Amino acid sequence: MIAVIAEPRDGTVHRGSLEAIAAASQLASRPPIVVLAGTGLEHALSALAQIETGGIFLLEQSIAGHEARAVVTRLTDWIREAGPELVLAAHTYWARDVIPRVAARLRCPLISDCTAIRNGEGRRLFTRPLFRGKLTADVAVEGPWPHLATLQIGAFSSDSVQSSTESAPVTRLLTTRAADDSAGIADPPFQESTPSIDLSRAEKIVAAGRGIQDAKQLELVGRLATAIGAEVAASRPLCDAGWLPLDRQVGSSGQTVAPRLYVALGISGAIQHIVGMKGAKTIVAINKDSQAPIFEIADYAIVGDLNDILPALITALADD
Amino acid sequence: MIVAVCLKQTLARESALRVNETGTWIREDDATWALSEPDGYALEAALRLKDAHAADLIAVSAGPERVSSVLREALARGADRAIHVVSSHPAIDADPQAVADALAAPLAGERPDIILTGLQSDDHGFGQVGVALAERLGASHATIVVEIEAGPGSVRVKRELEAGWFQRITLPLPAVLTVQSGIHPLRYASLRGVMAAKKKEIRTIVATEPSTIRQRIVAVSVPQRSRQAQVLGGSPGEIAAALARLLCDTLK
Repeated sequence: MIAVIAEPRDGTVHRGSLEAIAAASQLASRPPIVVLAGTGLEHALSALAQIETGGIFLLEQSIAGHEARAVVTRLTDWIREAGPELVLAAHTYWARDVIPRVAARLRCPLISDCTAIRNGEGRRLFTRPLFRGKLTADVAVEGPWPHLATLQIGAFSSDSVQSSTESAPVTRLLTTRAADDSAGIADPPFQESTPSIDLSRAEKIVAAGRGIQDAKQLELVGRLATAIGAEVAASRPLCDAGWLPLDRQVGSSGQTVAPRLYVALGISGAIQHIVGMKGAKTIVAINKDSQAPIFEIADYAIVGDLNDILPALITALADD
Repeated sequence: MIVAVCLKQTLARESALRVNETGTWIREDDATWALSEPDGYALEAALRLKDAHAADLIAVSAGPERVSSVLREALARGADRAIHVVSSHPAIDADPQAVADALAAPLAGERPDIILTGLQSDDHGFGQVGVALAERLGASHATIVVEIEAGPGSVRVKRELEAGWFQRITLPLPAVLTVQSGIHPLRYASLRGVMAAKKKEIRTIVATEPSTIRQRIVAVSVPQRSRQAQVLGGSPGEIAAALARLLCDTLK
């Protein structure tokens, strides 16, 4: 049996959880058992009830304090009891906090950030990135069940998730355990500030990354953006360094964009950035490292030095 | 207060990556090694805790002989002492729980209040070692931390969530925190720091051989491109002209 740990999000389930359900259905040729753990699960449950699953388990709790710690205990207990061969979850920030601790407690393998899983001869192979996406590894898992894996957001399509014709059985398991003594106290999540610019509406974006070396190059980025009427955006390192404001950041910790044109300047293409911009229609990438992962998703690739290309490009655009 | 920071040595970021003969890892024969970048930020955060609380700062790393150079670097930047868990066993690289076990052995004896490490490494990028270490030590943990405020008996952290959201959590000590890159600007070792580091101790202990390897790489490859990029080549002037035409056409 394959189980999927689903994550409540914005009054429904995280899209990555749907992708995990689709991936599990394909591996086992039948829909997986889905587990929801934590508090406030009802909206997620109604969303899950509309798709085909092999049953839903609700691990409800009313424990005050740092919910994630209590969830580890609930999930570990459930996995021990139910004995799934494989447990999948989306590789979200929540999963990165919770799932490694579940795996460590069970002393079972966790293959994190998978981009593909396939059933081979007598074993299952998990594909995941190495060296920040520059290489790909196929990983074999040793030892008895359960095996755990988290799936990179967007790597699996949720298109094959079927609407349910009849409702799957729902099992509610209320906790009887005391709170985990290594818990802490968590405040409600908050946003630093509402972004003053909505990059998701931009038609054209010129984005800069850690390949930008000085203020002069950053000014050229701005001039290119002005020349083609684009918004300026950046990958995380540039915003962290204070070169551009945080609300210009594209990626998993920033905004998600889907412009007609995305020009990536000196952006290596770490997955955290790519998840925020791979929906762009046309991607142009300039980077001096020919192995930069950004070239895997680019439509037009230029391997070269921004110091040479940017001034020439701005001049060429002005001549047109 | 005792603070520990767990550091990994990985291939330097700018290194060219070539798959080895067996196709299961990369060629390491002429590799340049460096401190994994996220661990550099964990070290910086640890040095700030040391500065603010006069903490005793221990740098820890597990791996073969070569990893002592990142410990020496940490000592030069201001760590007080270092522990090298010596092992060439493949699991103490490829299996994050085996790495956590190796690090947990000496740390249990040192009883640090706060243990820091990077949110993931530059090579495997598991993002698991810190959390698994917390489980082994019975410590609390928080991942992807962007602010740390240590108080008596507890530590208050700001965690990054997705899409611009954050959360503050107060954790009981001992606590393991995995640090987001960019938490603070990095300091570099001064000449005086480098000289002082030569007199500081790196204690070596031999890791217990892991009894199992839970996961093993069977093939390494260059990723397939999901889109086939058209490469624009030539002189900067030629590239610029082609790109200018392309941008104008795309925007029509």
